[in-house]
Amino acid sequence: MSPLLALARLEVAYGGIKAVKGIDLDVSKGELVCLIGANGAGKTTTLKAIAGLLPVAAEAIRYDGAPIGGTRAFELVRRGLALVPEGRGVFGQLTVAENLAMGAYARGNAAAVKQDLARAFDLFPRLAERRGQSAGTLSGGEQQMLAIGRALMSRPKLLLLDEPSMGLAPLMVQKIFETILAVAKEGVTILLVEQNARLALEVSCRGYVMETGLITLSGPARELLVDPKVRAAYLGEAD
Amino acid sequence: MDIFLQQIVNGLTLGSVYAVVALGYTMVYGIIQLINFAHGEVVMIGAMVAFSVITALAGTALPPVLIVFAGILAAVPVCMLLGYAMERIAYRPLRGAPRLAPLITAIGISIILQHVALLIWSRNPLAFPQIIPLASFDVGGAIITGAQIAIILTSVLMMGGLTLMVYRTKLGIAMRATSQNPQVAGLMGIDIDRIIAFTFIVGAALGAVAGVMVGTYYGIAHYSMGSLLGLKAFSAAVLGGIGNLAGAMLGGILLGIVEALAAGYIGDLTNNVFGSNYQDVFAFLVLIAVLVFRPSGLLGERVGDRA
Ligand SMILES: Nc1ncnc2c1ncn2[C@@H]1O[C@H](COP(=O)(O)OP(=O)(O)OP(=O)(O)O)[C@@H](O)[C@H]1O
Ligand SMILES: [Mg+2]
Repeated sequence: MSPLLALARLEVAYGGIKAVKGIDLDVSKGELVCLIGANGAGKTTTLKAIAGLLPVAAEAIRYDGAPIGGTRAFELVRRGLALVPEGRGVFGQLTVAENLAMGAYARGNAAAVKQDLARAFDLFPRLAERRGQSAGTLSGGEQQMLAIGRALMSRPKLLLLDEPSMGLAPLMVQKIFETILAVAKEGVTILLVEQNARLALEVSCRGYVMETGLITLSGPARELLVDPKVRAAYLGEAD
Repeated sequence: MDIFLQQIVNGLTLGSVYAVVALGYTMVYGIIQLINFAHGEVVMIGAMVAFSVITALAGTALPPVLIVFAGILAAVPVCMLLGYAMERIAYRPLRGAPRLAPLITAIGISIILQHVALLIWSRNPLAFPQIIPLASFDVGGAIITGAQIAIILTSVLMMGGLTLMVYRTKLGIAMRATSQNPQVAGLMGIDIDRIIAFTFIVGAALGAVAGVMVGTYYGIAHYSMGSLLGLKAFSAAVLGGIGNLAGAMLGGILLGIVEALAAGYIGDLTNNVFGSNYQDVFAFLVLIAVLVFRPSGLLGERVGDRA
């Protein structure tokens, strides 16, 4: 079976400068795959390109069997591809409920949307308590919950997560990762970008390591966790 | 007759027109941070179209209210189309350009529209046929005419309708989302091009009705009427806090009242050195004062709040 997402020699440039220099990566249906790497490696750029926020060659990205490189973001969401952006990107002046409603913007079936809203509130009871509060006044962790809940409101087949643990206290990080695992269990395919390499590898099936625009290592997450190079560079351990 | 109360009535009338026009400026600014200087000309085109329709129907047996309504019915779609075309042809290609480019384009469009109007409707002021009966009522010493009541009511209805749309409908929420963060709005499945076009169209529709209102109120339309009216409405939007809907409404009403009171009292206050013909100055005095003392406007957020 062909993978749900396949990057083939993907290159992304800002102006003349290449931030992603020809990477191959694939994610099969139902997998949780992580992409780790140092600051500035090009992880966010990769996710933005997949989500349709940056111009790339059409054939460089295949999703659900079709080339989608350069397709605009709003069309991809309608095809089941959702990105939770780095820094969360909640609409600070909209309420929690309005943010969630925007996640389901393109969906027509009001009854199903209502059901999903109830599910999002089940998943994040804190959001339910704060549904009328403007999102800008939420704590960082709550905003991350909202960003994930909002993306789920589009009923994605493929969920791209960009550093969901960024800036959160350990307890909140744990809660977010539990949620990610729960979402994956429901059958949503996930590509997870993380600074917290250990945690990411612990929850993932497979992992990719990115350095200055190139994939330098990849394999089953269990193997990467014990790989000496990964341990030294990303897990903060000497051999 | 009570001058104060009378000027308040006049100010409310004028102010509600300013408010409706100011909404057009503020909506577009809120969503793409563009000051659409051609918006005043959209209002003018609305008045002109209504003039043609009302003149054509004035001789018929139709009741006056229906004739004015027909004028609105014609002006609104014409202006909506104009607003859409403007965005599509002139502003969208400049979306990523430095901010000065669309601003200059806006000024260019307003000049083009004035000259198109000049070609179609001549350079002379056009007198609206006097079909509206001059019914008037006495309220506590001030006279309020039927036209004034109609203008205030129509404006209030439009402002209420717009507020409901922006705060209560999915489309309205999408407009606010787009104004806060267009990129993330795209990630929600919102086609921001459509939202932006829609914003222009709604603003133009409001402008069209405003044009018909001023035209019939003063009984006159002129190809250059949009520039002063537009500048005043823009001042009102800045006064309220540009980008803020409630601010545009408040700013418009306040500006109308300031202007009317100034016109009513300036002669007395200056021993008739200045007359009420100086009333236009006040809008700009207010604009300058706001820019100096409270650049974010009465209800505006501090710059930087908008992400
Ligand atoms: N809008 C932009 N314009 C120009 N260069 C950019 C832009 N965004 C990112 N870059 C550059 O592209 C490279 C990759 O950045 P990217 O944000 O993808 O890294 P990252 O792996 O997500 O890093 P981090 O872990 O810090 O989020 C960096 O060198 C960065 O400076
Ligand atoms: Mg990043």
